[in-house]
Amino acid sequence: MNDQDTLLSVEDLWVRFPSRRGVVEAVRGISFSVGRERIGIVGESGSGKSMTGRSILRLIRPPGDMSAKEIRFKGDNLLDYSEKQMRSIRGHRISMVMQDPKFSLNPVMTVGAQIEEAYRLHSKASKKEAYRKTIEMLEAVQIRDAERVYKAYPHEVSGGMGQRIMIAMMLIPDPDLLIADEPTSALDVTVQMHVLAILDKLVQERGMGLIFISHDLNLVSSFCDRVLIMYGGRIVETCKADELHNAQHPYTRGLLAALPQVDKPVETLAVLERDEAWRAQESVSAYE
Amino acid sequence: MRRGVRRKVCLPMSKSSSIKPPAALEVAALNVYFGQGSERFQAVKDVSFKLEKGDSFGLVGESGSGKSTVLRAISGLIADWDGRISTDGVVVPRHRNKAFYRRMQMVFQDPYASLHPRHTIDGILSEPLKLHGIKDRDAKVLKALDDVGLGKSFRFRYPHQLSGGQRQRVAVARALMLEPEILLLDEPTSALDVSVQAEILNLLNDLRRERNLTFLMVTHDLAVVAHMCQKIAVMNRGEIVEVLSVEQMRKETPKEAYTKELLTASRGYDPDFFSVA
Repeated sequence: MNDQDTLLSVEDLWVRFPSRRGVVEAVRGISFSVGRERIGIVGESGSGKSMTGRSILRLIRPPGDMSAKEIRFKGDNLLDYSEKQMRSIRGHRISMVMQDPKFSLNPVMTVGAQIEEAYRLHSKASKKEAYRKTIEMLEAVQIRDAERVYKAYPHEVSGGMGQRIMIAMMLIPDPDLLIADEPTSALDVTVQMHVLAILDKLVQERGMGLIFISHDLNLVSSFCDRVLIMYGGRIVETCKADELHNAQHPYTRGLLAALPQVDKPVETLAVLERDEAWRAQESVSAYE
Repeated sequence: MRRGVRRKVCLPMSKSSSIKPPAALEVAALNVYFGQGSERFQAVKDVSFKLEKGDSFGLVGESGSGKSTVLRAISGLIADWDGRISTDGVVVPRHRNKAFYRRMQMVFQDPYASLHPRHTIDGILSEPLKLHGIKDRDAKVLKALDDVGLGKSFRFRYPHQLSGGQRQRVAVARALMLEPEILLLDEPTSALDVSVQAEILNLLNDLRRERNLTFLMVTHDLAVVAHMCQKIAVMNRGEIVEVLSVEQMRKETPKEAYTKELLTASRGYDPDFFSVA
């Protein structure tokens, strides 16, 4: 992949948190790039996958600390940006969908007002234009009764609909890159499929890049183009998503073996034996 | 009116009970309601199933399908229900007594919420023994810890000092303190990582084999239920839409479209999902 297609490249990213027992290193020197593709980051809780997503937008709050050689987004190094410049990136050029719509939507604003706000912050559109665009966006995420939902408050919609509203809000400024942190974990399987189909379509139609953070190996291998597997703050392995089942690293193999499967019954599930050496291994760089 | 009728429904169990032992757990025409008056909502509609001793039965469905509500009604956590619930041929009383809880115990979904944060593991495990006036608590607590693969070093720790998997082991140990015959499992691994999930599922399976326990398991994960259970009931909108064996499920011969949908979804993302379903 040539430079033009690379949306984002991250080099040597570290995230540290001071604690009473010394500094906790949540992310330890990872490097990767994202083009106009769907990248999956998988790992268990505490592997640093969510922190990776947040640090791209420089959303690590003090006392947490992030550092990197560079985070290059369309040629510019985001680390050189002022806080004010970052605000023009967040939501506008790079958006993030969080895990749970219950905590991410403003409970005292109607759905429509929130989506409009996201749009008008980053464009000079008129109120009327913003309304039209909001309804259009709600329809694009398969909300049937868009006008009713526009007037509804977040507590009046279901979890699945809340998540679709979040996605609508994140996509309305037409970002180049979408970071989705467990966007479907709180949803039922059939609703999850719906949300994924919407994301899939948008990535293809708009040529957007997508970073899909998840703990679900099956989902990531079937949905993404490329997968990074994180363990202990490092990338232990990277591969094409459809080749995930041929993964080489013992951690990835262990995770796959621990997963019960409908079609392949086993008497006893394999239990992952963690090896201290994995933590000490160098991070794999995941440039395409 | 409904309540009055319900109280009179007592025994007589099926005549076949003289030939073979009665079902370990039988639920017949269970209805569960929430709210009152015009707001009254029926969350579970006419649910019936039967578990023989040693069975492992799974209830699957999406959120709001009523699967957890069935478990909560059986365990006595919900008051507004009618129908008949019986264990070993004995109809369970409206107000669950101690004998009921010695026969049946429950493991909850979230081990971060189900253990008392200010009680030590020792306190959590010995509480059921105290309530039931069982002696020799010391030895029993140590044995319980050992049975779920935790050492005695865990005994005087607090839940926050334990990982999610260790906490769920404590929750399983607590449920087994009274040596029940039936375990109700409400999404016992959905709050856990896959590697930890594997450990807990293996533990549950081992315990079931060793003690000939009967499991009633609720989950939204078809792969978990296929691993754990022989028979599976699919619930949708408060009703059981289909009961099938695990073999039927694997061979993809479910009759209901809804079951097929769940099965497809459990295999991961499928771009053709909506054109098929």
